[in-house]
Amino acid sequence: MARAARLTIRTIGADPRAASTLADAHALGVPAVEAIDVADVIFFADPQSPAARAALEAALVDPLLQHATWDDPTDRSVVETALLPGVTDPAAAAVQLAMQMIGLPHTGVATGRHCALHGAVDPSTRALLARRLLANGVIERWADGLIEPHFVDEHAVADRTVDTVAITALSDVELEALSKERGLSLDLAELQVIAAHFRTAGREPTDVELETLAQTWSEHCSHKTFRARITSTAGDEIVPLLRQLRDSTDAIAAPFLRSAFVGNAGIVEFTPGATLAVKAETHNHPSAIEPFGGANTGVGGVIRDVMGAAHHPIAITDILCFGPTDTDPATLPDGVLHPRLVERGVVAGVADYGNKIGLPTVAGAVLYDPGYTANPLVYAGCIGVATDDAWLLAGPQPGDLVVVLGGRTGRDGLRGATFSSATMDATTGDVAGASVQIGDPIVEKLLIDALRECTGLFTAITDCGAGGLSSAVGEMAEGVGADVDVALAPLKYPGLRPWEVWLSEAQERMVMAVPPANWPTLLEVCAKHGVEATALGTFTGDGQLHVHAGDLTVLRLDTHFLHDGRPQRSMVAELPTPHRQPAPAPVVPDPAATLLRLLAHPNIASKERIIRRYDHEIRGTTVVRPLVGAHHDGHADGVVLAEPTEQHGVALGIGVNPWYGLVDPERMAHAVVDEAMRNVVAVGADPSNVALLDNFSWGDPRRPSTLGELVMAVQGCCDAAAAYGAPFVSGKDSLNNEYLGSDGQRHAVPPTLVITAMAHVPDADATVTPDLKAVGNLLVVVGNTSTEFGGSHLALVEGLPLTCGPVPAPDPSAPARYRQLHHLLSTGRVRACHDLSEGGLAVAAAEMAIAGDLGISLHTLPHADPITGLFAESLGRFLCEVAPSDLDWFLDGLGESAIVVGTVIAEPEFRTPGWSLPLSSLRSAFSGTQPSAEAAP
Amino acid sequence: MSRPTALVLAAPGTNRDHDVAFALELAGAAPRITLLSELMANPSLLVDHQMLVVAGGFSYADALGAGSMWSLALQHGVADELHAFVAVGKPVLGICNGFQVLTSAGLLPGALGHNESGHFQCEWVRLQPVGGRSVWTAGLDPIECPMAHGEGRYVHPDVAALEAAGQVALRYDGHNPNGSMAAIAGVCDPTGVVLGLMPHPENHVLERQHPRRARGTNSGLGLHLFQRGVQHARER
Repeated sequence: MARAARLTIRTIGADPRAASTLADAHALGVPAVEAIDVADVIFFADPQSPAARAALEAALVDPLLQHATWDDPTDRSVVETALLPGVTDPAAAAVQLAMQMIGLPHTGVATGRHCALHGAVDPSTRALLARRLLANGVIERWADGLIEPHFVDEHAVADRTVDTVAITALSDVELEALSKERGLSLDLAELQVIAAHFRTAGREPTDVELETLAQTWSEHCSHKTFRARITSTAGDEIVPLLRQLRDSTDAIAAPFLRSAFVGNAGIVEFTPGATLAVKAETHNHPSAIEPFGGANTGVGGVIRDVMGAAHHPIAITDILCFGPTDTDPATLPDGVLHPRLVERGVVAGVADYGNKIGLPTVAGAVLYDPGYTANPLVYAGCIGVATDDAWLLAGPQPGDLVVVLGGRTGRDGLRGATFSSATMDATTGDVAGASVQIGDPIVEKLLIDALRECTGLFTAITDCGAGGLSSAVGEMAEGVGADVDVALAPLKYPGLRPWEVWLSEAQERMVMAVPPANWPTLLEVCAKHGVEATALGTFTGDGQLHVHAGDLTVLRLDTHFLHDGRPQRSMVAELPTPHRQPAPAPVVPDPAATLLRLLAHPNIASKERIIRRYDHEIRGTTVVRPLVGAHHDGHADGVVLAEPTEQHGVALGIGVNPWYGLVDPERMAHAVVDEAMRNVVAVGADPSNVALLDNFSWGDPRRPSTLGELVMAVQGCCDAAAAYGAPFVSGKDSLNNEYLGSDGQRHAVPPTLVITAMAHVPDADATVTPDLKAVGNLLVVVGNTSTEFGGSHLALVEGLPLTCGPVPAPDPSAPARYRQLHHLLSTGRVRACHDLSEGGLAVAAAEMAIAGDLGISLHTLPHADPITGLFAESLGRFLCEVAPSDLDWFLDGLGESAIVVGTVIAEPEFRTPGWSLPLSSLRSAFSGTQPSAEAAP
Repeated sequence: MSRPTALVLAAPGTNRDHDVAFALELAGAAPRITLLSELMANPSLLVDHQMLVVAGGFSYADALGAGSMWSLALQHGVADELHAFVAVGKPVLGICNGFQVLTSAGLLPGALGHNESGHFQCEWVRLQPVGGRSVWTAGLDPIECPMAHGEGRYVHPDVAALEAAGQVALRYDGHNPNGSMAAIAGVCDPTGVVLGLMPHPENHVLERQHPRRARGTNSGLGLHLFQRGVQHARER
């Protein structure tokens, strides 16, 4: 083959990417690098004539911004990176499309990145930088010097290999060894059931069948723990966790509830004729190994969940948990990415997907704790809208076509629970990038556009997520049966084996059941939007799942066995006995300094640098934004979305507090439900129209103490839901989030329950924000304050044990208070409202002052003990700003006592009875560069 | 009053086409969202419309630099029709990715590089109209609206000449968010009918959409810019 051509494109002037890469290099402890120049490289498999080169330059290079060369660069100290073979390269595909547009012949194209390093950089430093910063080994390779391109083999032949796995005669020990070897993640009881099934059938399973069962029966797909029979160590039987949550939702019997814990998302009806679907998911492990791609596809996946509920996506949420970004790189275990890089990659991944797909990324939270260093958590949520019950589908009918639409299938995401190293090794060459799913938000955007015009054309729809076609078709075929030819699936590149096609987690795919009469119309709509749609087979009516590759049968399973054959898991829980004895407030020698430390704590400090990376304005529907106030630099409690032509809106609020979880999981759960409720109430939502989501990220539940904490958290969830009359409509659990600590022991992540509240806002023009509005107004604390410092941020910044007191207890009077407060807020006469959470009244008041750019004088505290009054995190509380002339109206309307604690003042100061601080110090603490999470004395 | 027909052009990855159509509707036009593939198949659609708005988003994922693939497609598919559209004086607006497309296609001067910050930014900006040739900004009061882009740093080899020619249409007022030369947010072609700008006036067409509405701030509707364009199309 003729030598490949190489086009290196550099930015004229400083490339902004270079500055952040250099800062990261220094943060990783490589000060020797003085400068980094970054350039893009495009490789062409054919050499390209001078005329072709000129045409390519004209098409690909903007002479005002870039200069380009076809010569090999001559920089002395260079690291080049390129995607691993098999990893989707959208830039290369775009170049090929551009070549087609300008009339150049098709050729192989690959892309790479050229990094010239300046300073005293030796080969070992280059290797360190390449491994730690410039290349992610999961998806990229690197070279010290110029890299050799790898072009996709477009002529590989289809591989129809199907193996049979002999399991029917295996002993228990051999079954477990098989599960381990093939990465099936099945326990012995499950393996025995599978072996017995095939003994009865008189044959051995194929690899496709075994992988399909492992996938369908995986924790991810079947929620073994949440459906398990649980016994406490004291011998008590505990109702399965999922049933507890469902029972609590049933008991609430909310009139707006349309669908809970069924299908891809929860569905509610706040306004007649329109429903909202809501869902949140975790994407923890993928984000730990490839932060950008993991977070990217996490967002893409949850959007498809909403599309799979036949709703049109309208907004995205994200909740992120990272290790402290100033972690000493030397303390990181092997293979663990630095939290700074994880944060950068995850934020970029969320931003890339959300911004490109054209949905506002609105509500969220970012948390930092050493417990997340090796195991970061990434939660992504999505809400969608449907009208006129278009989401109510008949389900697949015999004769309907099995249609896959959207992206093509590749080896993406095969190294999950079902990864089989033996098989992967057999297909070397193109498989190295197989483990990571790569997102293409534009493909999903086109899917959204096409689906908008497909209403009425299909009888069922679901997304292709974990487990790929196996999971999607397998679920849809439950009870009906389907006959599918995987050889018909459009592939990104040839050479995939049947099991790879069937189990690939390639992104941006949906599966539909389409009546044959509608198929031509559906194809037409898809073609208009540039969406590929392919019929793979039919739903049959015989209850059997039959998969073949051409005329070769690769799977034949009864769908009842597939979905109901798994034996219920039995588990043991050791219930915790949390510390709930009253304890005096901690001694705080310098409350002013403590307030500044609280405001500067990464969990409380401004998240503006992250929020502004996300487009929260698109669609023009975000009426209460995540950043509010005089200078748009204060955090809103919740967000409110409203279609421009509608009076009503929807509020989203988030509750999460792993530090409470470490001390008292039951109270934590109640507290985070309360926080999510407060956040939506504070912006003007109606507390009697709230739907909740639960997302648990927990450790290994086979450890009885870890399961015990989960049991208590679910208990707290159910109690809180009942207290507020706010039903859980959907949820998801991510278990086994564990890491190897410096002590050589396995540790669970802090118990991290994220509650999303979605609430109806009757009047989107009567929303409330926390920024102070006018001098002379009064500040009123609503709710009860007690000395409760367990898991508090005061404990975190003062370096006290999290068990220094009880976690804040549920306030039985809170639900009634929220209803009263809602009536007051809906009049528009309450000028500002902010909930009291981490850091208590002092932090809330400071945040209101910063956001409003006005001073505050607190003359009274809501508790006799000043530390309690300032810093306690008691639940059910708000700080409200009202005009003096409205005070009596406000207090009367509240129907319970409240405490006027201070006034809004013109002087830029934060005054309390004992001390004061300039507003500028509060602001710089809040918005300053992130100090150490361990900054406490 | 007649509603001028407005073609809102969307490529694969365009995502503010619906927002633009809503703004045009409010401004008195009759918008029609048209996919690039439809226009390529039927270039005469341009003849049937009185205004053209190239909407924002991430066309072709901005894979080879913002807007460049879309611009290639236009140049190799409907270049003649596009130039004829401008030549007869029909107003053309490119917003964000649409601005990038129009500069790449040579319909507007200059280019848009990566923001100085090196990343995407979403924030509200205040735009000061500069008395110049643009029919879209003539007599316009300052407008406030969000920007949402990663490649919006305006670059031009001779800003002074551009200003002298009356082609600078909008400047960032106060804070220059992306490092644009001379704080330029929008420019027009020599005739004044083609305008490109990075921020999104289509996301501030109702008072409710202003972020400081609760603080009593309610000025600078982006709607006014669309109204100017519609008025020009109507009176042309």
